[in-house]
Amino acid sequence: MVASNENNNSSGRIPALGFRFLGLIFVSILLMYFDNRDGHLETVRKSIGAAVHPVRVIVDAPIQLWTWLGKSITSRSNLEQELTQHKTEKLITYGRLQKLEALEAENKRLREMLNARSKVPDKTRVTEIMSINANPYNHSLIIDAGTQDGVFDGQALVGANGVIGQVIEAGFMTSLAMLISDMDHALPVEVIRNGLRTIVVGTGKIDSLELPFIVNNADIRIGDLLVTSGFGGAFPAGYPVATVNSVKRLPQEPYAKVTAKPAASLEQAREVLLIFSLIDQDEETAEDE
Amino acid sequence: MNSHYTFHRLPILLSFIIGLMLTIMPLPEVIEVFRPSWLTILVIFWAMQLPQLWNVGSAWIIGIILDVSQGTLLGQHALAMCCVAFIIVRFHLIIRVFPILQLTATVFPILVIYQFLLFWVNGVEGVNAPLITYWGPVISSTALWPVIIILLSKLRNKA
Repeated sequence: MVASNENNNSSGRIPALGFRFLGLIFVSILLMYFDNRDGHLETVRKSIGAAVHPVRVIVDAPIQLWTWLGKSITSRSNLEQELTQHKTEKLITYGRLQKLEALEAENKRLREMLNARSKVPDKTRVTEIMSINANPYNHSLIIDAGTQDGVFDGQALVGANGVIGQVIEAGFMTSLAMLISDMDHALPVEVIRNGLRTIVVGTGKIDSLELPFIVNNADIRIGDLLVTSGFGGAFPAGYPVATVNSVKRLPQEPYAKVTAKPAASLEQAREVLLIFSLIDQDEETAEDE
Repeated sequence: MNSHYTFHRLPILLSFIIGLMLTIMPLPEVIEVFRPSWLTILVIFWAMQLPQLWNVGSAWIIGIILDVSQGTLLGQHALAMCCVAFIIVRFHLIIRVFPILQLTATVFPILVIYQFLLFWVNGVEGVNAPLITYWGPVISSTALWPVIIILLSKLRNKA
């Protein structure tokens, strides 16, 4: 056997094993210390991340192939059906859009009256999700865009139905983003019905968010839509975040137990929008008045 | 070192690329908790079989790659991997001759140590997670160990 040959060569001892072990442990602890304290190791992280990139592409390939096959095999009748559906949707959307334009004009006029800055529409860019991490203590995803596409740390990610998360580490070609359901994620929101402002916190469960700071007598109901309030600066205002799905008022506790369901389907999304927000801080103060 | 070691490099590299793919592959949330720690299994196996070629240093590099791809604190998985590799290499002569059931029983506490180190660092960093997320990989990895070791032994013998 090969194994016994090796033993004869070296009598099973690895030179300076203990020394190397202690050295590496020391290096690990040092790395963790510096990584936790400040972002000095970003470049190291990014270069190793670039080395892992090909593996990600390979992992992603079967899924890409599957979607491509699905696209090419779709039957004609299906396509026609989809086309008519899209046409109707387009008509409805255009109808709404006309109203929107009128409203936008009105809004602008009113804002000018209030001497506030007019709201600039956000610039967006579509990007693809390459992989999702959903172990309960780390809800994150890798997106197919990096600093070369202008991605920056803290950038907002939005899906078709609502906010998905934010970029926490912009790499060169891919970036790491944190989902709003991550336990470490908190997001300033407001209830669209009455403007009640609060904070939404992730729970570690992908289909559930928490509102820990709602006082017992606050006006909040099941079905209330929460949108980003734009406070904190990371997220532009007005994007849907979640719908309240349970409100438990506990008389013995200062805060009610409120949970919400994310508006975006965090598990199923394949494409996301990166928001290049053009909003600045002046507007927030204007809204406060 | 010895010339016959060069033959071993390719299967090792291949196994780790597959392991990394399985680690970052998206899974439904229910199964996600029970995703085996593939790379730990591979580190244990290769450290046990080829300790001259594969020991603490290589395990540390795998750990760093894992840290980067999982977005955890840089050095967290590296530290845990390094400890696992050290224990295995230190006792590889004893462990290697164990029958498969006894080997599985030995791997279990080593995986527990690995997860405990991750748990510990998470605790220091202030990341809280339910305990099931730490036990899940231990259970699934131990359960899969006999199957994986048979496959890997075949791969090793071919090399």
